[in-house]
Amino acid sequence: MGLVFLHLFRKKETIQYPEEKIKLHPRWRGRIVLTKDPDGGERCVACYLCAAACPVDCIALQATEDENGRRYPEFFRINFSRCIFCGYCEEACPTYAIQLTPDFEMGEYNRQNLVFEKEDLLINSQGKYPGYNFYKVAGMDAGVKEKGKGINEEPAVDIKSLLP
Amino acid sequence: MPTIYIDNKPYEVKAGKNLLEASLSLGFDLPYFCWHPAMGSVGACRQCAIKIFKDEKDTNGKIVMSCMESVKDGLRMSITDSTAQAFRAQIIEWLMTNHPHDCPVCDEGGSCHLQDMTVMTGHDYRRFQFKKRTHINQYLGPLIHHEMNRCIQCYRCVRFYRDYAGGDDLNVFGAHHHVYFGREKDGVLQSPFSGNLAEVCPTGVFTDKTLKKHYTRKWDLTAAPSVCHHCSLGCNIIAGERYGKVRCVVNRYNSSVNGYFLCDKGRYGYEFVNSVNRITEPLIRTLPVEAVDEATLMNHLKDLVTLYPLIGIGSPRASVESNFALMQLVGKENFYQGVSGDTAYLEGRMTDLLQQGTVHSVSLKEIESADAVLVLGEDIWHTAPVMALAVRQSVMKTAAAQATQQNSLAAWHDAAIKELVQEQKGFLANITILSSPLDSISTIAMRNNPDNIARLGFAIAHLLNAGIPAVTSLTEKEMHAAKHIADALLHAQRPVVITGNSCCNEALVKAAFNIVQSLSTPQRKAGISFVFPECNSMGAALMRASSFEAAAERVRTDNNCTAIVLENDLYRHVPAAKADAFLSQCKNLVVMDGLHNRTTEKAHVLIPAATFAEADGTLVNNEGRAQHFYQVFMPVNTHIKESWRWLGEMKTMQAKASNGLQQHPDEWLAKLEITLPQFASIAKVMPPRHFRINGQAIPREPHRYSGRTAMYANLGVSEPKPLQDDDSPLTYTMEGYAGIPPSSMIPYFWAPGWNSGQAVNKYQHEIGAALREENSGICLFASKTGALQFFKDSPEAFVPRPGKHLLLPQYQLFGSGEWSMYSEAISELVPEAAIILSKKDAADLGAVNGTLIIIEKNDFQYRLPLVIHDELCSGIVLASAGFHGMPALPWGSWVKLNV
Repeated sequence: MGLVFLHLFRKKETIQYPEEKIKLHPRWRGRIVLTKDPDGGERCVACYLCAAACPVDCIALQATEDENGRRYPEFFRINFSRCIFCGYCEEACPTYAIQLTPDFEMGEYNRQNLVFEKEDLLINSQGKYPGYNFYKVAGMDAGVKEKGKGINEEPAVDIKSLLP
Repeated sequence: MPTIYIDNKPYEVKAGKNLLEASLSLGFDLPYFCWHPAMGSVGACRQCAIKIFKDEKDTNGKIVMSCMESVKDGLRMSITDSTAQAFRAQIIEWLMTNHPHDCPVCDEGGSCHLQDMTVMTGHDYRRFQFKKRTHINQYLGPLIHHEMNRCIQCYRCVRFYRDYAGGDDLNVFGAHHHVYFGREKDGVLQSPFSGNLAEVCPTGVFTDKTLKKHYTRKWDLTAAPSVCHHCSLGCNIIAGERYGKVRCVVNRYNSSVNGYFLCDKGRYGYEFVNSVNRITEPLIRTLPVEAVDEATLMNHLKDLVTLYPLIGIGSPRASVESNFALMQLVGKENFYQGVSGDTAYLEGRMTDLLQQGTVHSVSLKEIESADAVLVLGEDIWHTAPVMALAVRQSVMKTAAAQATQQNSLAAWHDAAIKELVQEQKGFLANITILSSPLDSISTIAMRNNPDNIARLGFAIAHLLNAGIPAVTSLTEKEMHAAKHIADALLHAQRPVVITGNSCCNEALVKAAFNIVQSLSTPQRKAGISFVFPECNSMGAALMRASSFEAAAERVRTDNNCTAIVLENDLYRHVPAAKADAFLSQCKNLVVMDGLHNRTTEKAHVLIPAATFAEADGTLVNNEGRAQHFYQVFMPVNTHIKESWRWLGEMKTMQAKASNGLQQHPDEWLAKLEITLPQFASIAKVMPPRHFRINGQAIPREPHRYSGRTAMYANLGVSEPKPLQDDDSPLTYTMEGYAGIPPSSMIPYFWAPGWNSGQAVNKYQHEIGAALREENSGICLFASKTGALQFFKDSPEAFVPRPGKHLLLPQYQLFGSGEWSMYSEAISELVPEAAIILSKKDAADLGAVNGTLIIIEKNDFQYRLPLVIHDELCSGIVLASAGFHGMPALPWGSWVKLNV
């Protein structure tokens, strides 16, 4: 009984949700978003690794390319009615494109509304990992930088030269 | 068999192999790059290092490259030795210092040999702090994408392209760590085998450019074993699908047919399946499109097939099942081959000769191991490209075998053998109408007209067998060539003669037959190969039906017929006037086909038929080998069905009940065996549809298939039931038998740790040999001994006729062929249709290159621009054949030319 009274005067753990919002960690695994790189381009390069990593197979996409050979998803679909928010997709993503956010308020009356397309997922932000642009380090020329102009790259080889 | 000790365990291995092959055959995982089972070893990449020991007491051992060391009895080696492992890891680490960080956007990712080998050696963290080398890419045409940054300098591409396939426009440039694999300048790769670079390259330097346009990872493809439909060779392919579209075609190893490589037409010619020109809805001319549903169609068809006499026009590009289903529906005497009388006659002739069994019809594998090859008239580079590749291997291997007779060099010692062989070549006589890229490796390359080529053939046969009358009035050059060829064939152990029907000349077939029959002795295994025009020409010819002309005659006398045309554009096979007359004289015209064409335009009832990717079926290739292709995907549009299924449904209506009628491919094949004895044992080409391994079906989807619960979630969030395949032992899921399926039902090559196509190693019982328990197809021709009959009627020498020219077809790899043109990439490579004349004939006509020439025969006229060829015999005119939209020209007849 004494313990009960002791606890009565402690600070309350219960939050008056929804009037009062919970403060979540930035790395909390909630609603999935697709982010953009520092130059405003889509970060997702449609590599299919998130789809492959997904244990419930709730991610489907189709790759396509722009005129510069830069790859991006033609569509990107997450079926949140299947998603278990495990975060494997984020872990698998080589470009920091797909990220889980501290938002869990996704309740819907109609299950079909839980199917999110690219326009629902794409946000105009770099999310948790600012500063990274995959195409600056990937070697290839996809309209972001020329061959040999990327980070940690030698200038393109002159194949006519025999100099050592 | 020698015994070798791997990590102190004894294994029996095959002599004459190298340690890498032996280890892989035994199932060890040993990384490699530059070695390729079809191309041998050069020891360039240093990746397959192992340790070998002097004897059991030796604990130090020495590191050697396993691909460069022969198997020796009692040899002791170690794969797991820590020094050897460290060596291999270090090699990968070095390669990786320059390999870019672009796997996510690399098309090879997920089926990449370099990824597999990197994981296999355990290298996982980059220690190298410095910069990466970069290269500028080249434009290599619409088929192959180039990303030179990814190169690991294994030299496989140039070894394949130049040495194996005989191309000369891809090379290695530069020096030291700057070596560059590409062309001298940007441009389209010229070799018709360039697509194989995507599979040969262990990483993503060369990738499939058509796949790039609708990219899907290997693990996401629904794939099924299939057979190429673009020529008569029947190369085995794997076609992959995603979202209802065929995404790519890759090679499916079959040791007797195509081995490791495909031609570009086979690899890239798949896009017709996705074409907007597909027939997607059934159509009845008298009703609006939207009024025709399946019930209306079936009711309408019921009247047509029960109230009128039926005739059926078969097709050389439809499966055996579909042709047979049509024959069953209309009755044997009302079934006609959908090709012209001349073609049907010649094909029937070739089929007869093979069926006699006195000559052996050779497989592509046997052509590869032939030691003397004679090509009579057929331009195999364009009509059967993979056969040309096989002929090239025969020439190279024979030269290598001759050169290594004196010393103990093993056959896999690629670089050393090339040094030894130098310019020496095996025997190939390429006697054709126009020059071909094979000429550069031919001992004898001659240009002549078909009649004179046949006469040369008869002269060779006379030299081999005095019972065949001599050919009179040969030129001295021809006589000399005949002697040379006869001599070479006599000295060969496995000579092969190749001809076909693209010269429209029966004498060529007879000459080839005479030669091979004369050569066949118990000691000498001589073989013949006839090239046919289409993928199932042989199967259709074996049905022994009358030609199109008989059908035309039939409707002329009986104008109350319902004609059913099966997957056949008649305008490609018979002159337009004849086709028009036939189609207009049919009371009812039912056409079933995959894509719209000139025949479907005339149909009263049009039925959408499945293409190879949506159908199960069997094809008989030029050798007489029946091979089954499986449905790759079930179309969402339920109107698209296999022709045999539509025809089976019509048969049910006709018979008023379906009891005892065939509904599945295995049932059709079983019925076919009973009805037509020439197809005996064809049913063994596929296991029964209820075949299961440990109660499990074979999955079309790899176990990593992704997106199941999201792919179609936009249409409906509840996932539908997986599709059921009642026609074959394959299923439309990723669940099922996880081991190695029977060889004819391999939907994809994958083994733990081997995601790339190189996983085929694990499916072979010995590297480079047959697959485990291989069913490489059913050969329909058994060899029989009987009285040898020779043809004694050699043709008269060719005499040009004044004012007339003999019209012959000129096939192009890209351009000829009905459906490959629907691939955008291939259509870019098609040369312009043209007619070819000799200099003299052109001068007589007063024409120059580019002049429009009118081909005239009776009322028929057709106009094409002229190309002058010096080497063409006068009196002959060649015209591009089988081009899209071109009518059937009067091949093999004398035509008038006008400017």
